[in-house]
Amino acid sequence: MSAILEIADVSRSFGGVQAVQKVSVDIPRGEIMSIIGPNGAGKTTVLNMISGFYHPDHGRILLEGTDITHLAPSEIAKLRVARTFQNIALFSGMTVLDNLMLGRHVLMKSGVLSSFIYWGLAQREEVAHRKRVEDLIDFLKIQDLRRRPTGSLAYGLRKRVELGRALALDPKILLLDEPMGGMNQEEKEDMARFILDVNEEWGTTIILIEHDMGVVMDISDRVAVLDMGLKIAEGKPDEVRVNPAVVKAYLGETKTSEVRHG
Amino acid sequence: MLEALDLQFTILLLSNGVMIGLMYSLIALGFVLVYKATDAVNFAQGEFVMIAGFVAVGALTVAGIPLWLSILAALVAMVGFGFALERVMLRKLIGRPIIAVVMATIGLAAILRGLGPFGIFQGTRPLPLPLRDEPFILGPLFIPPIQLLGGIVSLVFLAGFGYFFLKSRKGVAMRAVADNQQVAMAMGIDVERYFGLAWAMTGVVSALGGVLWGNMLGVDVNLALVGFKVFPVVILGGLDSIPGAIIGGLIVGLVENLAAGYIDPYVGGGTKDFAPYVLMILALMIRPYGIFGKRIIERV
Repeated sequence: MSAILEIADVSRSFGGVQAVQKVSVDIPRGEIMSIIGPNGAGKTTVLNMISGFYHPDHGRILLEGTDITHLAPSEIAKLRVARTFQNIALFSGMTVLDNLMLGRHVLMKSGVLSSFIYWGLAQREEVAHRKRVEDLIDFLKIQDLRRRPTGSLAYGLRKRVELGRALALDPKILLLDEPMGGMNQEEKEDMARFILDVNEEWGTTIILIEHDMGVVMDISDRVAVLDMGLKIAEGKPDEVRVNPAVVKAYLGETKTSEVRHG
Repeated sequence: MLEALDLQFTILLLSNGVMIGLMYSLIALGFVLVYKATDAVNFAQGEFVMIAGFVAVGALTVAGIPLWLSILAALVAMVGFGFALERVMLRKLIGRPIIAVVMATIGLAAILRGLGPFGIFQGTRPLPLPLRDEPFILGPLFIPPIQLLGGIVSLVFLAGFGYFFLKSRKGVAMRAVADNQQVAMAMGIDVERYFGLAWAMTGVVSALGGVLWGNMLGVDVNLALVGFKVFPVVILGGLDSIPGAIIGGLIVGLVENLAAGYIDPYVGGGTKDFAPYVLMILALMIRPYGIFGKRIIERV
């Protein structure tokens, strides 16, 4: 098993709170890896450390053997690690097409000056990128939304466009932060289908953060479980599902939330 | 006969208002570019124009450089100034409350006004451009050459920047930065570079404004007062809208000229300077996000 991404002994605290403690996870190339856990388990913190929004206090993150622990988000994006956000983060004033084209930003080479000098080259480049974006539009079945401002789209469709924008980067690794959050059952199944298709068609490694175990267990090759900042289990979905520590974490959460609300 | 004169007078006021208004739009564009890309409110826009005027006049008269080179010097200096300002001062304020940037630019404005003359200039210096003295006469219109030039230059640059934001890849990326910095970063967009670019573009606009307004008003510290016209323009048009800057500029230009023509004779003058502000306050009460602005005026 060759790991495309190694998270090695990573810790991060905010103020006095240990959000993530000594977490190590190897992400195998070409697999769908889910990181699950109750609220406040540190899942999003891990994701934010991979994409460079936070830097770990301790530990290292290696992408194909290269240390990316302290790179800025834009530098990590340039290494073809794409992500979506928990709360949809499309550029709402822009069209679906503009959003997807922005997803290809790091792949576009010609700058302002050179695009004036080599007009033809820039045009040709633009056409090639547009072609790829059109393929994604077909893939996600959003052909009739091209020119629509994203702010006007329904929730499920916006999630789909955001997935498309991340895919436009031609990512080696796709980070999805609760891609099914707030969706109804049908939308969840659609999204699960797209995730599986992406993985199958382009061999993209996918790291998925989810709150509830449901659909995730069906589509993941491997699952890591976090609780209170610690990794409490890792393995194939069937192994993790019956792991006593995992069961306890999820049941425990129910109890504490009952206490909190009561 | 009297009516014909009246009509002629009104037309004169209107054409004057349009040309002057477009020149306000140009300066307001500097303000809008920075706000659009970086969410920063630049209270030193007028001082940028003043500094550009000083550079151009300084190059022309003190250093004795030809006019076109002096204008180029002002452009280069202001672009450099924009870049440097972003790097040295404003980058440190990223992510801080908006009031920090506001106060910083107000402080900067005071410093620039104080340092601007730098002991080189006493009094007001003219900034002559090779233009004829007689106005262009087109039917009932009398247009002073500098106003025609100002109007045309403004339109060209407003259209150019409009196209840049709408169509060019860099422009779209800059809009993305303005919309959400975090997400722009995740797209691999180098946010700080675009901040620098926005301030540099403001430098370009300020340099042009400095030369045009410097020619009309003469170059001294009072040139910075042009900046005060920017606020009604951007409030009327919307802080983040390029078409808004054009419309707002035209409204302010027309209102102050009509006020000067029709109200000043009765009250002894001076209405020109505050009439746009009356309109601005009314606009704030009715449409706080401007005619074309985004409805969300402030993000918390």
